[in-house]
Amino acid sequence: MTTASIHIDGNAYSVTAGQSLLRACLSLGFNVPYFCWHPALESVGACRQCAVKLYRDEKDTRGRIAMSCMTPVTDGMIVSIEDPDVRKFRARNIEWLMLNHPHDCPVCDEGGECHLQDMTVMTGHTYRRTRFRKRTYRNQDLGPFVNHEMNRCIQCYRCVRFYRDYAHGRDLDVFGIHDSVYFGRHEDGVLQNIFAGNLVEICPTGVFTDKTGKRHFVRKWDLQTAPSVCVHCGLGCNIIPGERGGELRRIRNRFNGSVNGYFLCDRGRYGYEFVNSPSRVRQPLRRDGRGEHHKPLRSEEARALFADILSRKGRVVGVGSPRASLEANFALRALVGPEHFFAGMADTELALIQRQIDIMKIGPVPAIPLGKVATCDAVLVLGEDVTNTAPILALNILQACRNAPMARADALHIPRWEDRAAREAAQQVKGPFFLITAHDTWLDESAELVFKGTPDDIARLGFVVAHFLDEDCPSVAGMDGDRTDIARTIARSLGQARDPLIISGPGTGSGYVIDAAANIAWALRKNNRNARLSFTVPECNSLGLAFMASQAVDSALAAVERGAADTLVILENDLFRRTDKDRIIACLNACKHVVLLDHLMHGTASLADLVLPVGTFAETTGTLVSSEGRAQRFFQVYAPQGDIRPSWQWMRDAMTVRGTLRGASWRYLDDIIAAIAGEFPELQPVIDSAPPGAFRIKGLKVPRETHRVSGRTSIHADTTVHEPKPPDDPDSPFAFSMEGYGGKPPSSLIPRFWAPRWNSVQALNKFQSEVGSDLVGGDPGCMVIEPNTGEEPVYRQSIPEVLAPSGSLVPVPLYHIFGSEELSMFSSSVAGRAPCPYVALNPRDASRLGLSNGDEVEIAGRWRGPVVLRAGLPEGIVGVPSGLPGTGAGITGGRVDVTKVTS
Amino acid sequence: MTVNLSSFIMPLAILLILLIVSAWLIWLERRLLALWQDRYGPNRVGPFGLAQVIADMIKMLTKEDWVPPFADRAVFVISPAITMVTILSAFAIVSFAPGISVASLNIDLLFFISMIALNAYSPVLAGWSSGNRYSLLGALRATAQMVSYEVFMGLSLMGVVALTGSFNILDIVEAQRPLWFCIPQFFGLVVFVIAGIALTHRIPFDLPEAENELVAGYHTEYSGLKFGMFFVGEYLNVILISSLITTFFFGGWLGPVLPPLAWFIIKTFVFICGFILLRASLPRPRYDRLMALGWKIMLPLAILNLVVTGSIILASGY
Amino acid sequence: MLSILKTLWLILLHTFRRRETVLYPEEKRRIPPRWRGRIILSRSPDGKERCVACYLCSVACPVSCISLQAAEDEYGRRYPEFFRINFSRCIFCGFCEEACPTLAIQLTTDFEMSEYVRMNLVYEKEDLLIDGPGKYPDYDFYRISGLAVKGKGKGEGDEELPPVDVRTLMP
Repeated sequence: MTTASIHIDGNAYSVTAGQSLLRACLSLGFNVPYFCWHPALESVGACRQCAVKLYRDEKDTRGRIAMSCMTPVTDGMIVSIEDPDVRKFRARNIEWLMLNHPHDCPVCDEGGECHLQDMTVMTGHTYRRTRFRKRTYRNQDLGPFVNHEMNRCIQCYRCVRFYRDYAHGRDLDVFGIHDSVYFGRHEDGVLQNIFAGNLVEICPTGVFTDKTGKRHFVRKWDLQTAPSVCVHCGLGCNIIPGERGGELRRIRNRFNGSVNGYFLCDRGRYGYEFVNSPSRVRQPLRRDGRGEHHKPLRSEEARALFADILSRKGRVVGVGSPRASLEANFALRALVGPEHFFAGMADTELALIQRQIDIMKIGPVPAIPLGKVATCDAVLVLGEDVTNTAPILALNILQACRNAPMARADALHIPRWEDRAAREAAQQVKGPFFLITAHDTWLDESAELVFKGTPDDIARLGFVVAHFLDEDCPSVAGMDGDRTDIARTIARSLGQARDPLIISGPGTGSGYVIDAAANIAWALRKNNRNARLSFTVPECNSLGLAFMASQAVDSALAAVERGAADTLVILENDLFRRTDKDRIIACLNACKHVVLLDHLMHGTASLADLVLPVGTFAETTGTLVSSEGRAQRFFQVYAPQGDIRPSWQWMRDAMTVRGTLRGASWRYLDDIIAAIAGEFPELQPVIDSAPPGAFRIKGLKVPRETHRVSGRTSIHADTTVHEPKPPDDPDSPFAFSMEGYGGKPPSSLIPRFWAPRWNSVQALNKFQSEVGSDLVGGDPGCMVIEPNTGEEPVYRQSIPEVLAPSGSLVPVPLYHIFGSEELSMFSSSVAGRAPCPYVALNPRDASRLGLSNGDEVEIAGRWRGPVVLRAGLPEGIVGVPSGLPGTGAGITGGRVDVTKVTS
Repeated sequence: MTVNLSSFIMPLAILLILLIVSAWLIWLERRLLALWQDRYGPNRVGPFGLAQVIADMIKMLTKEDWVPPFADRAVFVISPAITMVTILSAFAIVSFAPGISVASLNIDLLFFISMIALNAYSPVLAGWSSGNRYSLLGALRATAQMVSYEVFMGLSLMGVVALTGSFNILDIVEAQRPLWFCIPQFFGLVVFVIAGIALTHRIPFDLPEAENELVAGYHTEYSGLKFGMFFVGEYLNVILISSLITTFFFGGWLGPVLPPLAWFIIKTFVFICGFILLRASLPRPRYDRLMALGWKIMLPLAILNLVVTGSIILASGY
Repeated sequence: MLSILKTLWLILLHTFRRRETVLYPEEKRRIPPRWRGRIILSRSPDGKERCVACYLCSVACPVSCISLQAAEDEYGRRYPEFFRINFSRCIFCGFCEEACPTLAIQLTTDFEMSEYVRMNLVYEKEDLLIDGPGKYPDYDFYRISGLAVKGKGKGEGDEELPPVDVRTLMP
């Protein structure tokens, strides 16, 4: 990176040479209008809006107009942004773009945060001069997520560039010719790509808007927002939820250069509606006996009853939750005592996650920040279906695959930011991306090499790869020639890569797979300092919970079964998703008291004696630890209504009533965070993951509402004309108000992206230290796991045996981005895209078993579903969808028989 | 011990009538101001809006009687009472007609001047005890204004005293039988009227409460009944000054045909209207101009008046 | 000194002038049509609600006394699910009328709307909606907006071309 000195409107600036001039200008804070350029998609020069004037030298007074996005920065450049000619050029250009733009901003959901509006105002085009009629288009129904209004299109091509080039979608394209090009599908239908929701933010105007938001639409300026973290998978993508009138209205991406960058998956973007679900628990419920209906309870009564249940000298056991915050879990742990605290996941899952933590902690290879995945030049995915368990990771892998082929563009001296030309240079060449999974996945077509097999096969192949990389790794006996060749190819590619990345996770349910990934990464590390690891986890705080507990749900149930416990306190958890259904029902019935703290009515809630309503992520503040070990604080977006309270407050109050417990002294969330840091030294960074509740800027809190928020004196006027006092929030540096510090807060406290003259999401440029890089002041979040670079790791030695062939099949969980996650399935738009329960079989296996498509089958006596033939599934494997509502826990490990159900 | 009933009734009756009249003056002022500003003024409550005063009083009495937490409570409460007490006391010497007065002293005039001087304490203490900067500024202005103008007021009356040879009100009125003192004491009259306006701090000399500069001056923090006392006190002051103008310069109750009390009331009423007309017409002078007017014009004028009067008396050989 | 006396005299002469004020309510003044009084929601010439719930009036309101919630009918026409004006806060500045892009919200000449109970000054959509187009008889936002609604398909509005046929190859 060399620096170049450039002159813009008479002032000298020092910027990185070689980048596009537009990016440099924006990074310097200049308001250069643009449309087709996007920091993640780079330049194509389609819209002609970012024109600037370039001068040959100091003597050149005429200059020439050039598109800044297509101009590389060179040393000694003389540029004018404010020159009258070029200003006029930009004004005329936008006038052309507006020729056919409809007069419908009032009914457009983009209005008020529209890049086209911002740019139009910025260039000064105010009045329509053309006398001609406007072009119109018919719209398409693009499914439950994205609304289509083609009239508004300004032909910037951002949508297809994102959808096709960036997210590898196929069903959105540009059709037609000359001035009637059409951006859409070949016919009406659901957009298939799982990142289609990003079109809402990518489109500079209102062609693609949030369809779920239309049902309860409010403008950006009326939304109450706070920085938050997505709870729909373990990656910890940063989000900005927006609320108004006690209803969560939408989710927008919150840029974090080290995590999710510019994009979210559709589950993260549209799963939010569970917060508004009619299934929410909104008041305490109790039932007097088994089989009785729940009756509502007053809040004080519930508090007293909860304390009373705990004080009855019962043997209390607490079950935590991988989807609850660290603070809530810790409060439960303090309430029941560490030895009675159980992680709210299957014991096998806890073991896998702790194994992952172990590998990241004792080994020398650090976990890669999600945001840096796109910089890797070789990727090996071992066992995990990242598309469905960690979607944004998949999106970043797709970008990483481009890096090696880009060498051709570099050789031709084409800057990588010159997107069209660079892609043309790279052609269809695939990068070194190796996919070793149990079944076909969406990423298959992007991979250089795909291998499918049982989890044990995957692990064994992984161990062979590791052995090829480092002779010290254990070798695998009995590998056939094909697989050895595959392993050799992979090992060679990984060994040659500059920044290789190994991805694995607990998705297959096999610890061997995780061990194999560790061996490969460690072996690579011996020769290459840049080797990185990435493990996925199933839920938003699985990793954080694994730090706190040594036992999990099965152990808790065992305690109940052997009579060591008779009172169960369950935190934000549906046990039926964790283990065997009959066993849970028996245990819950065996308990004297079952207390559940949760926000949704589910199977476990209907069996609990006391249900306490707790806040969702949008109504509480807390910390989550993402799969890479990043502790991130999510902040309360709005004050919950009625009796809904944060989980930790219910438990704190119970401890207060009992008096003797340590939690009784916790007043604020920060007290718990301090206690967590005191108890678990490795969780010390949690304190620094965001400023404490007492944090003020110039004595002021950060406002959650915009300075333009409306309706304060009338929104509650149907019930009272006396404006209620806004609720206090002692737990965070945010105020439920439009009043407070108006400037830019620290990066972990950015409640929304807005800057004067930049009302759209593109205002983000003003919050980054350099456009497209990290946020000013560093990306938020603190790593809780540091790699052990001091000593050589001891390679994992246990290698799975090859099982003798038999008629039984190996069960493999199949994950679905829409369906496998609990909370998002309470969102109608997501639920509409989820599959019905089924059983996937290879056609050859099916014919061997005498089954055909649609036959009802039973597995292991507890899973039923119709057979779906899937050629992408290898022989010997039966695929069982994981986590679909009402289907209970998935089946992993061992071998199962598939039997036809005859009715 | 015998108790003279009439000596109780008379002061009580005068007190009551004064309070009622001063309250009614509020209505009068609003109607007259409206008249001169081409409006109607209060005309809804009762006949001609006469009951407006009652409505206003009810409102004022039922308002929250609030003492600001930063005020000096005792002084804050006492201050409005001072104004009422001193002005009502001053009325003791006013002789409305022969026999209709509270007291007749041989130092009537001095008593009046001393009471008016004491009245200065009211705005000063009110402004100071309020603990408010605007109030304090109002109090400072009131002090300077009242202390200054008292000097000329006293001096302006010395001509009257010299001509009469007595401080007694009855003597002063009787001495005007041949000629009202407004003729020989014209300059005394002018100084007395101007000083009177200044002492009542009414427009145009309402600098202590100048609402467009000082919120409401020394009584900014007052509300309810305490504010009412200042309010009514101002009108009592207007009646007092008007009745004294009548007494000292326009022959008091003297007049043909009509009974003496009627003459007194008519004359006083005219001067009260004059006060209101001044308010309707004149803008407020700048503060330094007010002081300059006092010390550079009024004082020499009053002294000159006294000297000339004295010289003429000496020369004419009384 | 003389000018002061002259002033006094001139003011005194006002005693005999005609009163400028009128004795309301016995006598009522003529209100000009652009008077900023009670706010109403008008309808377009075809009798449909003009308001499209764009939120511009509520954000323009300096006292934040307007709140609403947008909704959409099955044909894509926007309307306010609720529309509430708290007249006990309204200052009748008319900014909402200025901001309204569909000429739906209009200020009228009615100002006699006092109440003893503040709650009665909270007007909901039913209280605000009138049956006519108000001051602008001909304006219909959906004729010029490019959006398809019931009774007006794509390309059927004023100054609109018929919808583009993507499948044609004609230049």
